[in-house]
Amino acid sequence: MSSSALKLVLLASSCAFACFASPARCEQLSFGQVERGRYLAAAGDCEACHTAPGGKPFAGGRAIPTPFGTIYSANITPDRKTGIGTWSDDQFYGALHQGIAADGSYLYPAFPYPWYTKVTREDSDALHAFLSSLEPASKSLPPNDLVWPLNDRFVMRGWNELFFRAGTFKPDDQKSPEWNRGAYLVEGLGHCGACHTPTNVLGSAEKQSALRGGKLQDWYAPNLTADVRSGLGQWSIDEIVTFLKTGRNDRTVAYGPMSEVITFSTSKLNDDDLKAMATYLKDIPAATEDNKVAEPDPKAMAAGGALYVDNCSGCHQAEGQGVSAMFPRLQGSSAVQDRDPTTIIRLILNGAHAATTDARPTQVSMPAFDWKLSDQQIADLATYVRNAWGNSATQVAASQVGELRRSTPQELSGR
Amino acid sequence: MATKLPPVDALLVGFGWTGALLGQELSDAGLNVLALERGGWRDTTTDFATTFIQDELRYYYRHALFQEPARETLSFRNSRSETALPMRQLGSFLPGTGVGGAGIHWNGQNWRFLPSDFLARSHNTDRYGAAAIPQDMTIQDWGVTYDDLEPYFDKWEYLCGISGKAGNIKGQIQPGGNPFEGPRTREYPNPPMEMTYGPTLFAQAANDVGLKPFPAPSANMSRAYTNPLGVQLGPCTYCGFCEKFGCGNYSKASPQTTILPVLLRKKNFALKTECEVIKINLDSDRKRAVSVTYVDTQGEEYEQPADLIVLSAFVLHNVHLLLLSGIGTPYDPSTGAGTLGKNYAYQIVSSVDVFYDDKILNPFIGAGALGMVVDEFNGDNFDHSNLGFLGGGYIACWNTNGRPIETHLVPDGTPKWGAKWKRAVVRDYLRSMSVATHGAVMSHRGNYLDLDPTYRDFLGRPLMRMTFDYTDNEHRMSDFLTGKAEQIARAMKPREIRSNPRKGHYDITPYQTTHNTGGAIMGSNPRDSVLNRYLQHWDVSNLFVMGSSTFPQNPGYNPTGTVAALALWSAQAIRTQYLKNPGPLVQA
Repeated sequence: MSSSALKLVLLASSCAFACFASPARCEQLSFGQVERGRYLAAAGDCEACHTAPGGKPFAGGRAIPTPFGTIYSANITPDRKTGIGTWSDDQFYGALHQGIAADGSYLYPAFPYPWYTKVTREDSDALHAFLSSLEPASKSLPPNDLVWPLNDRFVMRGWNELFFRAGTFKPDDQKSPEWNRGAYLVEGLGHCGACHTPTNVLGSAEKQSALRGGKLQDWYAPNLTADVRSGLGQWSIDEIVTFLKTGRNDRTVAYGPMSEVITFSTSKLNDDDLKAMATYLKDIPAATEDNKVAEPDPKAMAAGGALYVDNCSGCHQAEGQGVSAMFPRLQGSSAVQDRDPTTIIRLILNGAHAATTDARPTQVSMPAFDWKLSDQQIADLATYVRNAWGNSATQVAASQVGELRRSTPQELSGR
Repeated sequence: MATKLPPVDALLVGFGWTGALLGQELSDAGLNVLALERGGWRDTTTDFATTFIQDELRYYYRHALFQEPARETLSFRNSRSETALPMRQLGSFLPGTGVGGAGIHWNGQNWRFLPSDFLARSHNTDRYGAAAIPQDMTIQDWGVTYDDLEPYFDKWEYLCGISGKAGNIKGQIQPGGNPFEGPRTREYPNPPMEMTYGPTLFAQAANDVGLKPFPAPSANMSRAYTNPLGVQLGPCTYCGFCEKFGCGNYSKASPQTTILPVLLRKKNFALKTECEVIKINLDSDRKRAVSVTYVDTQGEEYEQPADLIVLSAFVLHNVHLLLLSGIGTPYDPSTGAGTLGKNYAYQIVSSVDVFYDDKILNPFIGAGALGMVVDEFNGDNFDHSNLGFLGGGYIACWNTNGRPIETHLVPDGTPKWGAKWKRAVVRDYLRSMSVATHGAVMSHRGNYLDLDPTYRDFLGRPLMRMTFDYTDNEHRMSDFLTGKAEQIARAMKPREIRSNPRKGHYDITPYQTTHNTGGAIMGSNPRDSVLNRYLQHWDVSNLFVMGSSTFPQNPGYNPTGTVAALALWSAQAIRTQYLKNPGPLVQA
């Protein structure tokens, strides 16, 4: 059977799926390719950024804060005027592979083409097929609000020269197919490094520090290398899979920006792919040696310990052991012991919602303590949990708490 | 003129426990379900966070979670010879408002009624003769049996993660459990709670006087629990802020902690809050409910059509709505004719306080359903011959709380304020506890609900009027229970005890229990009940009524477990019988 005949059969056998693209485009779509594209769109977490709060999925318009100003995500439904309805497969691939839009303009790397460049042409076409099958949504975007000179897209040509090399993922023959599948997903569509890799002053990922943890939107995206304290050194492959699939495991729950990654992306991936990602992540060597630090001030520890009993032990339990898949374990926690205390301070200040999934539907949340505890109390508390029960991490200063208190929005005060 | 809205398959009026249960069941059956709740949205983190929920003044004394009498209340009198007056403050009972209803602020004391409780008239007639039931005691059989309900008790207990010890598994008596309970198919999903010192001393004393104490079945979690829907509850911290409070630790079963995380993800379920249903509309031959009328906070009226309507508000509101909608025949106590409003009942409680010199009880380590109980004197677990009363109750030592404003037991003879009172509180706070009795109220010809002829609510509708008093039966029964409680209390060998029997007329002002029952009762025939055995209205077959308004009389246990089992039983009948062939499930 020729490939076009196969497509016809697939099309005939799948008239259930609606096609909203142009008739010519519809004829090219096959059910198999659209469904493959739907899965890849989940792997790429496309919906999270390309959907405004309360807006139509994939119709864009979500404000993406960057250190250089606000960028609004594009409408990637097949609307011919405001979306990408006129784009060819080649033009779509050009965006993914080279960061260049259909009209030849340069995209900003808030669209993670430095990762998507690794996506194969076949997968790119499938993604495009899926997006073409969506109902077109007419939605124009507000103009980006970026600092000069970055407000001129042409500047990105220079940025690309400096920091970007286009190139499809090349498997490593020395590694297993599973490892290679994981590497393809983590380094490509998954674009994990977009958050978990530190960036230089111009916003480019520091390749030599890949996945060692990065700061974004006043969160610290944790180290995913094999560090025993701050990384995934103590996590098993099963624990990583369970975390990505359900948003929870025996150690922790997903919160902050990772919540939407779980909701829109990893909870929709199959177990084989999640296991492949975990296999690849577990193979990344530790960034540092054992990073045990100097003992903290005993006074801070005593004050923090008392605050812990009163404010935290009800959920996180007396010895920081937490409750599986509900209240994160603080003992041995990588987020708690990270060299950068941003996340732990922010969690105490503002609280957080855990990601919810079909597997774990309970909306578990941590309340805000910003109105209840002073900068010094939060610093002592953070120092305590970073150094109690065998944990070890740098002492937190009240000034660090004050800085975050001023810069982060209140999320969950509820009073 | 009300705005008419697109119809839905099933409409739930009120969104507490029974609304959530029916929402889950009917949406599982594929129906498009809409719930209307008069109060607001509430959830653990936003409304009950551990950072502020343990606030007695705000939540108990200023009633942050309860119905506001300025909007909706009832009028009350002890007997028909009196003129009822409107209740301007809540007192004896505390109806909730908002999503989760009173399922938010309950203690979590969860029971199954006894098999004989469901056969109140026939069982007592068989055992004691027809003459043992006084002329004006209007008790009835329920039309449903314990065996009918057992699978639904079981389903409910696993949904909520009840902590307890079985006393009877498939007829085999289990050591350590309640030997009087009806047979259950399996053990509770969670072990009993960790027992504190006070209830332990009570249990030892009860054992010494020949009784069989057992840990109370509790909807406070003895350990972390994931229910069959995949919803998670956290282990109880024994903070002692359960009744009158929401739980900030996800440790008390409530609609929010057991059902809503799953239900609210469903595309065929919708919830509208701050929508108060004011009337159920019938078709012209008054055999079928076609819609409800509701009003939003702006006073706008809407008409919401539905194929199936379920009243799932609190007992008093269900009955009030039926009265206001003119569905059914109001009960007339002078003739005994009519059924709507009939057999309103309550409970009768008393206590015996125990004061030690040498034992530190730490009452602040508490939980709503943490306690030890004896059941020898409940229901018909004992021979009532020559006692002069029917019914009974349990005797328990609860360690619900040591909250500073509410809880400060002092012995007889202590002044009510001043330096001597303070000294007594300081001396006794850590060294005192209470033994409680929790007694049944049999239904009585003169106890009923109807519409008030004078007083009106915020929408101009007549208030519901409650006419209720304890009868000799209740007083004899409660005195009997109080005497047994005193006996156990003395066997605890304290410094002294203080007995607080329930005397005189029912007083609606001090808090007692929120265990109001009856008014839209279930039964075997339409002559003496409003609903058939499936909680379906006898006259209007697409109308179902949930909750304790269906109880023909009030047994000696907390009602929630039976309320839930009846709701699940009814939901199963709707799913397996009614939807296939809409119409009366029992021929009158």
